[in-house]
Amino acid sequence: MNRNYLKPQLAFTGLLLLWLAFFSAPCFGQAADWKQIKIPTLPAFHPQEPRRFQLPNGMVIFLQEDHELPLINGVARIRGGSREEPAAKAGLVDIYSEVWRTGGTKSQTGDQLDDFLEARAAKVETASTIDSTTVGLSCLKQDFEDVFKVFLDLLQNPEFRPDKLELAQKGAFDAISRRNDDINEIVARESAKLGYGPNSPYAHVPEYATIMAITRQDLLNWHRTYVQPNNIILGFSGDFDPAAMEAKIRQAFEAWPKGPDFHEPDLPINPAKPGYYLVNKTDVNQSAIRMIELGTTRKNPDYYAIEVFNEAFGGGFSSRLFTNIRSKLGLAYSVGGGVGTSFDHPGLTRLGMGTKSESTVESIQALYAQIDDLTPHPISDEEIKRAKDAILNSFIFNLDTPEKILRERMAYEFYGYPPDFLENYRTGIEKTTREEVNRIPGKYLHKDKFAVLVVGNTAEFDKPLTTLGPVITLDITILPPPGEPPAPTKPSEK
Amino acid sequence: MKQRTSRFAVIVVVVILFVTLASAQDVASFEKRITVKKLDNGLTVVLLERPEAPVFSFFTHVDAGSVQDPLSGTGLAHMMEHMAFKGTDKIGTTNYAAEKVALEKVEKAYAAYNDERHKRVGRDEQKVKQLEKAWQDAIQEAQKYVVPNQFGEIVEANGGEGMNAFTSDDETGYNYSMPVNRLELWAYLESERFLHPVMREFYKERNVVIEERRMRTDSNPIGRLLEQFTAEAFAAHPYHRPTVGWMSDLNTFSATDATNFFHQYYLPSNMVVAVVGDIKPTEAMPIIEKYFGRLPAKPKPEEFVTAEPPQGSERNVVLHDPAQPVFLEGYHRPDYLNKDDAVYDAIADVMSNGRTSRLYRTLVRDKRIAAFAGGFSGLPGNKYPHLFAFFGFPLPGHTPQEVRDAIHAEIERLKTQDITDDELKMIKTRAKANLLRRLADNQGLAQQLAVIVTRYGDWRQLFYEVDRIDKVSKADIRRVANATFVATNRTVGVIETAKPNGAPAPQGGAQ
Repeated sequence: MNRNYLKPQLAFTGLLLLWLAFFSAPCFGQAADWKQIKIPTLPAFHPQEPRRFQLPNGMVIFLQEDHELPLINGVARIRGGSREEPAAKAGLVDIYSEVWRTGGTKSQTGDQLDDFLEARAAKVETASTIDSTTVGLSCLKQDFEDVFKVFLDLLQNPEFRPDKLELAQKGAFDAISRRNDDINEIVARESAKLGYGPNSPYAHVPEYATIMAITRQDLLNWHRTYVQPNNIILGFSGDFDPAAMEAKIRQAFEAWPKGPDFHEPDLPINPAKPGYYLVNKTDVNQSAIRMIELGTTRKNPDYYAIEVFNEAFGGGFSSRLFTNIRSKLGLAYSVGGGVGTSFDHPGLTRLGMGTKSESTVESIQALYAQIDDLTPHPISDEEIKRAKDAILNSFIFNLDTPEKILRERMAYEFYGYPPDFLENYRTGIEKTTREEVNRIPGKYLHKDKFAVLVVGNTAEFDKPLTTLGPVITLDITILPPPGEPPAPTKPSEK
Repeated sequence: MKQRTSRFAVIVVVVILFVTLASAQDVASFEKRITVKKLDNGLTVVLLERPEAPVFSFFTHVDAGSVQDPLSGTGLAHMMEHMAFKGTDKIGTTNYAAEKVALEKVEKAYAAYNDERHKRVGRDEQKVKQLEKAWQDAIQEAQKYVVPNQFGEIVEANGGEGMNAFTSDDETGYNYSMPVNRLELWAYLESERFLHPVMREFYKERNVVIEERRMRTDSNPIGRLLEQFTAEAFAAHPYHRPTVGWMSDLNTFSATDATNFFHQYYLPSNMVVAVVGDIKPTEAMPIIEKYFGRLPAKPKPEEFVTAEPPQGSERNVVLHDPAQPVFLEGYHRPDYLNKDDAVYDAIADVMSNGRTSRLYRTLVRDKRIAAFAGGFSGLPGNKYPHLFAFFGFPLPGHTPQEVRDAIHAEIERLKTQDITDDELKMIKTRAKANLLRRLADNQGLAQQLAVIVTRYGDWRQLFYEVDRIDKVSKADIRRVANATFVATNRTVGVIETAKPNGAPAPQGGAQ
């Protein structure tokens, strides 16, 4: 509307702006160019380190004072997680870590604990990851005595009441029934299976049968095996007096006898064969694409070069993948990836994106082209500087709260990394050379070793996936519970 | 002023709870650290000193969201948010003078293409193709001058952390954190992007947004349900439109449309900037004023006034979808300024906060028909009258109808019986503790302050919210439940599982 009328005016304003930009910018009395803005030295910052001590029974404790608010937070991290559970009972640790809290203690049911804690707006919650379980605590300072008692009781006297086991199992059944509803959930799960191998403990997927196989005795056994003082790293942060807190912790835990040493079992990893893998889903108009390969650990001397490479190639807003696939080609909203690194086992190298069904094959080729382009156009000095600047200038955000510092230190303790790992990281990034960064793709990103997974609506694809190579169709049908006919989804009555 | 407030407070404090005293002390502690200034151009700046580490976070709040999208231009507020990362006349270009001319040609070519392809009568398909090509060629030409993502690159290389933005029905927000020695650089970058925005790479970014729609809405069952559900629940109010935009609008609107949206709503009088961290307000304010003061003053845009009429009868949306069943229902309620706002908060808390909540205990723990159930306000926004929603995910073998009946039984209990003393106390204790838990995070504080200053004109409402919940009575809860949760005020949305039948995927939802 009124387009023709407006046009001359717009053009005139344009000319005016142009003139201003070219001739009078320095006269504004302020920097017209970001490069002219002075960046003062960041004030010296010596973040407070938590205090570490160890009990004779092996328990390691970190205390981090923080008096900003009248709150206390704590967590016990215990060795042993889902990667240690037997395949026939996949889902065990998840169930364990739920029923640990909901099943209550010998003296109080989980429901009684709920009432007691919620009346104080306090939380004591249990959780699990692939390598550990945790009990966390959060409360107002004034309630710490009471809440700490619950924390302690859960660590030492959990009851795992059967009604809560049954409830947790029903919840797990629900999650199984819904796991194929969303392409992004499917692609995450199936990538792990391709990257580590379907039988690897890193890719276990619970089924109705494995959840049904879990008994209360399994939960008690797990607790007895793993919850030993020498397997626990304890951390508290918040508004407390450290001497009083130490005394309290010593009194609570010192008499707990040391248990057997924890031995990391041998965990098999058998990545799937390279090639194309497909899941057809008819109710979507976007394909989720992942290229997967086994990565490495953070103990690898290449770790710093990998970090710089990842930042430049598939990390932030200015990375190659974001700029080329998203901004220049407009093929994806979400795109990114890099060489995977984990603390104590190989991470998964993943390049991924979501694109409309009609540009599925085009997008796979576009990702390939980005890898190929690394040969004629290795990561440049300018890109490396930018990546290093991004990592080093944002380094402070690893340390900007006492709670974050505590969590970092606990992680290094857990994985046997040196306490100054973060400081070494900074130096490692600084020292990384262009040659080191450009060795990374040749060493860790191999088109011919990728398992390429596509979850999408094949009928709408631009070309069949088979135009790229042989395709293996993955069957993601949910196995029915034992003894039931194979009809996990009920058609609607209407 | 401060003195008078505290003397008055002393009289009140004697008769109220200890924890309220604690929160009053927090207001006092904030009074010492906070500075609010309205600049000459109408921009409100909120600064909070929190010297825990040499960093700061900011939040730029624009009081316009998808509700302000024009007809046939759904998705423009969100599109504008994406464009705010595309640089300025100095950032992201190799030659702005030439680029500007090239971008004007793109708009001209796109207008010609749009006019022809949307002709109802006498459309010339050959001409459409030619015009489309001319438009694409113009895009290619303009692309020559682009330094892609330079804005984000400068932020990242300078240690910017968590750079992001969002658009909702109600508002648009921008945020990231930086080391404190970059405060002036930030002030430059953040003011420049709203002073000299450039609509470069607009039509590529539009494709990115279309992919975002496919991801969040078309290819996600909950996204599909929510879009249909809100479309049904609101007849008059723009809350019935998706923030991301209808597919046909996304494929039509232009950079010129986005520029118009920008000039209408991205005005200093319509924006609040909050900065929290290791800053001294006396030093930071002049820097911020120097850069943000350049934004040209214009009066605040007119308020949106169309009100949703009373619903009159129950509405239903049933999605026959390959996904597992979901139950959702919503009841119209007044906006956040209504005197009963805190009563709704209390209802949401008692019904669905944690394992002591009524919906957990009945639907999940005792009846064992749902994996999860809850209730909340703010669907799809809360600036205007909106919905209080209840939802539940039926366990395998159970139906949305069972979940609905159980939720209705709990609503009935809320209407006919007072909640217990313990429950009421729990709601109030939690509100106070949760406020405290929100105060130790620069980014969270910056966002809360910016939103609260926009919504109430006074940052102290951050603390008064707790006082409002503290005043909620059992009778209030029954009264509000009886007035709100009635069938004629209800919209129901369910997913009923259907076997995939090879039907084509939804192309952009309901149109």
